[in-house]
Amino acid sequence: MKTVYLDNNATTAVAPEVLDAMLPFLKDLYGNPSSMHNFGGQVGKFIDKAREQCAALIGAKRASDIIFTSCGTESDNTAIMSALSADPSKKHIVTTAVEHPAVRALCQKLVKQGYEVTEVGVDGSGILNVEYLKNAIRKDTTLVSVMWANNETGVLFPVEEIAKICEEKNVPFHTDAVQAAGKVAINVSNTPIDYLAVSGHKLHAPKGVGFLYLKRGAKYSPFIVGGHQERGKRGGTENVASIVALGAAAELAIKNIGRENKEVRLLRDKLENEIISSVPDSFVHGDRDHRLPNTSNIGFKNVEGEAILLLLNEYGICASSGSACTSGSLEPSHVLRAMKIPFDRAHGSIRFSLSGYSTEKEIEHTIEKMPKIIEKLRSISPFKSRG
Amino acid sequence: MWDYTKEVKDHFLNPRNVGEIEKPDGIGEVGSMACGDALRLTFKLDKEGRIGEVKFKTFGCASAIASSSALTEIVKGMTLEEAEKVTNKDIAEYLGGLPEAKMHCSVMGREALQAAIRNYRGVGSDKKKIIDGKIVCQCFGVTEHEIKKAIKDNHLATVEEVTNYTKAGGGCGNCHDDIRTLIKEVFLEAQQEEANFEKPTQYDILTNIQKIDRVSHLLNDMIRPTLQRDGGDLELIDLDNNVVFIKLKGACSGCIGAASTMKDFIEHKLKDDVSPKLRVKEVN
Repeated sequence: MKTVYLDNNATTAVAPEVLDAMLPFLKDLYGNPSSMHNFGGQVGKFIDKAREQCAALIGAKRASDIIFTSCGTESDNTAIMSALSADPSKKHIVTTAVEHPAVRALCQKLVKQGYEVTEVGVDGSGILNVEYLKNAIRKDTTLVSVMWANNETGVLFPVEEIAKICEEKNVPFHTDAVQAAGKVAINVSNTPIDYLAVSGHKLHAPKGVGFLYLKRGAKYSPFIVGGHQERGKRGGTENVASIVALGAAAELAIKNIGRENKEVRLLRDKLENEIISSVPDSFVHGDRDHRLPNTSNIGFKNVEGEAILLLLNEYGICASSGSACTSGSLEPSHVLRAMKIPFDRAHGSIRFSLSGYSTEKEIEHTIEKMPKIIEKLRSISPFKSRG
Repeated sequence: MWDYTKEVKDHFLNPRNVGEIEKPDGIGEVGSMACGDALRLTFKLDKEGRIGEVKFKTFGCASAIASSSALTEIVKGMTLEEAEKVTNKDIAEYLGGLPEAKMHCSVMGREALQAAIRNYRGVGSDKKKIIDGKIVCQCFGVTEHEIKKAIKDNHLATVEEVTNYTKAGGGCGNCHDDIRTLIKEVFLEAQQEEANFEKPTQYDILTNIQKIDRVSHLLNDMIRPTLQRDGGDLELIDLDNNVVFIKLKGACSGCIGAASTMKDFIEHKLKDDVSPKLRVKEVN
């Protein structure tokens, strides 16, 4: 059975071009860029090139504003801890109720260390209340952190507008752009963003590499202390092959961003429209006009997400669920809860996330199977639905 | 990833006894939409007072559906007295085991069954809460009795384990201290029982031949027929003090998976029905 991979917000396939670019560094070009000899030293210029490619992806004017890291989470953590180190007497953070754990869990930990965190809520379609956010910023606010796009619903936040508010109030601004990078246009050169986090494996680079954009002049404190790599901003011998891969993936993403917003969007819309018209009592979660082009979060009333996923799995279809029915988190995801999605469809919500590699055939296969799956589970469910 | 056994997958993909019996003799409903799983169990007794027909409807994850399906298969043909003794462990064992985090699904099955039996006997659901004591976990409405029973039956030692089995503590977390207290209470009660257990039991005063007789009766009546259904069998080899030596035969022999679960299963039965001191050893 062929795999139909519609879980690209979880991770993506490494693009063939990206693999080609990185392989030499796993074979012949294994030198350490810090070495004095040519064999090692020659590798350094490939890292420089990758840095330029990554800078181009987000419109950064200087390649030196890019710091390579091991993942999106490290980028987020580094940014937040850097901002906090600017003035330890300030103990207030403003963020949203729907951040990824890379930000949210760290904020929760900081609460235990004496920080106060204001989580700004979203409305029923996942849209952030910017006015509320603006009013939440105080004199002792040391950081505002807002994701560019939500990983579960794909809803986009007005990051440029928020960055300007923060600049006016003189508060550092961090954005987790892990889901946005490569899917929507990002330009930090005309937006006062201090920190921006990107992960490689969400845009067809391998896992284990990411980068942090650091605006010149923004407070920085190394998260990993060691050698002089990354100009002393991040110790540890460079993950050369993956950094080169990330550069290649960034370049590919720039090339494909138009396609992402046309073809991928069309396929996503087709999938979504056909499913909600063929399955009674199904609902799209998240504002349909302000969303990533690849993401669709659909709630199916009176059935449970994991059961849906397991049946999709039987047909080779990979998606993910907005509610984890494991005892540790019996409740629907914090994102759906923040949106106040009713329980009867929050539990049965499925996220489909496409990529440029998704095909019409795969989408049609999924459209065909979905009504059967929901019908089967509803026939077992004690709760009644119409149709 | 789903770490489910082939039995769980089979009962999820091909659930047995789905539906609702019209005019049932007993109906049990547990869980709710807010909790993320819910089960409605209905049964009808036959002329001999056994569960002749039993059906379920479940909202929940794969293991909740599989646990419900397994439950209906287990209790079919049982008298209510027999069905009452079915534990969540029996359900999990029937399915070849459940992941730790999903044990609450088997607990939900047992609770629905208990509720259906109470309903048949005319004991209303309000009474249930009185019997079960005060609600400890407000988020999921789990009572003290339910938590203590899960701790005792499954030897739970941490709040996390209690959450895995009963859901209690999986919401706001305000009841974690209460759960810790209950774990301590059950532990102390068990110690007390252990102390009592040192006194000679009835079993201890039996002659060796009487002991062998009782053990072999249990094996022949309760365990071998189940094994034989699947092409397996076992033989009682010896009884030395409190150690029962058995040999697995047929389809059971050489099956690594069977060996450990079987040992636990047989030991459990022997402890319940003959003497809590008995241990099982497998010989080749």
